[in-house]
Amino acid sequence: MGHVKGLKCRECGREYPVDPIYVCEFCFGPLEVGYDYKSIAKAITRKKIEQRPQTLWRYRELLPIDGDPLVGLASGFTPLVKADNLAREIGIDELFIKDDTVVHPTLSFKDRVVAVALTKAKEFDFDTVACASTGNLAHSVSAHGARAGFKRFIFIPASLEASKIVASLVYEPNLIAVDGNYDEVNRLCSEVANKYRWAFVNINIRPFYAEGSKTIGFEIVEQMGWKAPDHIVVPCASGSLLTKVWKALKEFKQIGILKELDTKIFGAQATGCGPIATAVKAGTDVIRPVKPNTIAKSLAIGNPADGFYASQVIKETGGYAEDVSDQEIIDAIKLLARTEGIFAETAGGVTLASAIKLIKAGRITREGTTVICITGNGLKTQEALQGHTMMPHHIKPSLASFEGVLGKISRGD
Amino acid sequence: MAVKVRIPTPLQRLTQGKEEVEGAGGTIISLVNDLDRKYPGLAERVSENGKIRRFVNIYVNDEDIRFLNAEETLVKDGDEVSIVPAIAGGTDRRL
Repeated sequence: MGHVKGLKCRECGREYPVDPIYVCEFCFGPLEVGYDYKSIAKAITRKKIEQRPQTLWRYRELLPIDGDPLVGLASGFTPLVKADNLAREIGIDELFIKDDTVVHPTLSFKDRVVAVALTKAKEFDFDTVACASTGNLAHSVSAHGARAGFKRFIFIPASLEASKIVASLVYEPNLIAVDGNYDEVNRLCSEVANKYRWAFVNINIRPFYAEGSKTIGFEIVEQMGWKAPDHIVVPCASGSLLTKVWKALKEFKQIGILKELDTKIFGAQATGCGPIATAVKAGTDVIRPVKPNTIAKSLAIGNPADGFYASQVIKETGGYAEDVSDQEIIDAIKLLARTEGIFAETAGGVTLASAIKLIKAGRITREGTTVICITGNGLKTQEALQGHTMMPHHIKPSLASFEGVLGKISRGD
Repeated sequence: MAVKVRIPTPLQRLTQGKEEVEGAGGTIISLVNDLDRKYPGLAERVSENGKIRRFVNIYVNDEDIRFLNAEETLVKDGDEVSIVPAIAGGTDRRL
């Protein structure tokens, strides 16, 4: 039995039944899932959650499904790594990495949102799922959808890198390579979504899909010993993840699982696509769209749908936002790997590099607990590091040749 | 001559199916209110308390009014105004 009351327009408050819809018919605002928190507060406790399997579904009462979870039964509950080496390097007392480089099955946080979206698609009785994506989302819909038995249509810009295409194709979806940029793919998908009765996870299923992001927030609180950290740094593309992490914390407070909540939420973007950071720094809530130009392609949304709400959360919690250059992104990816043994995709570099700037500027204080959200695996974006890593030591297959190199290494040449 | 206003599909029910209508010059908000007299109900769909709704984009000759003078942006005869619902997840048509 679910606890969803219905859908509600975030702008004008008009209410709608639970349907595969996403825009308010009246004012064009986005629809959001509303819950009956009184009944949820009665239904779950810390103890009950702790006894459940370690997946994102342990918070199922706060997710928008009516029956049992049907997709992504092994997704979520990724490690919260205490990052002492990195903390020392960047001059902060207590630092944790929320490590979504290892979400099952496709190694990015998109496995969380897609698990929720496809469970909902089953409840709505769709037989076909679809998405527009440049990478992580395409992989996740292809993989989760394969196991769940959906027909899948994945729309990508035709110019995408070969490695990213293979990582979708292996699951044998219908991969539609569109002659156009991501913006044009998106627009086409809106038209397709209007015409065909398919579950487009990030269009008509979006209100449900987006709720899956809350599970990062729930997990952070549980893994910190049922406490909210003082600072959380979240990467921003559409801005949805940041708003949902904050929603998760507020919901835990509302149902009594969190006693206190005084967390500041910080946004991280690439300078080559930083409309949210720009607005936060300028102190305005008007998001000016930009044309993306950054190696952090998974964050390259020039006109972020939830940008306004993300900037509001940052303001409301007393956080801030930063943006970083391609070089800073690469340096941060390497720093995270060198200190903590975690290989993040470019978005992870954005988040860490932004956190470092925020610490230097005193926006994130040295004292207190800080969590950095790393949302995808570096194995997917290896081309970003081309020419930026160390070189291997080439030797002949002889001990003498090896020891020659070893001597150099020991001397630090 | 007047100001040409392009109407998005979801609002064409209010304009008897017309994709393009004409309005009087002045500020954007006065234009919206002028259109509302001819096509009742239009103003409350695109504005609230004299402000354009957050998920409605208005362009004057292809420039977003947020980057001009917002609701007070002046339009004159011959200008072209487009009303475009932003739709969550949608993207800027000019990028």
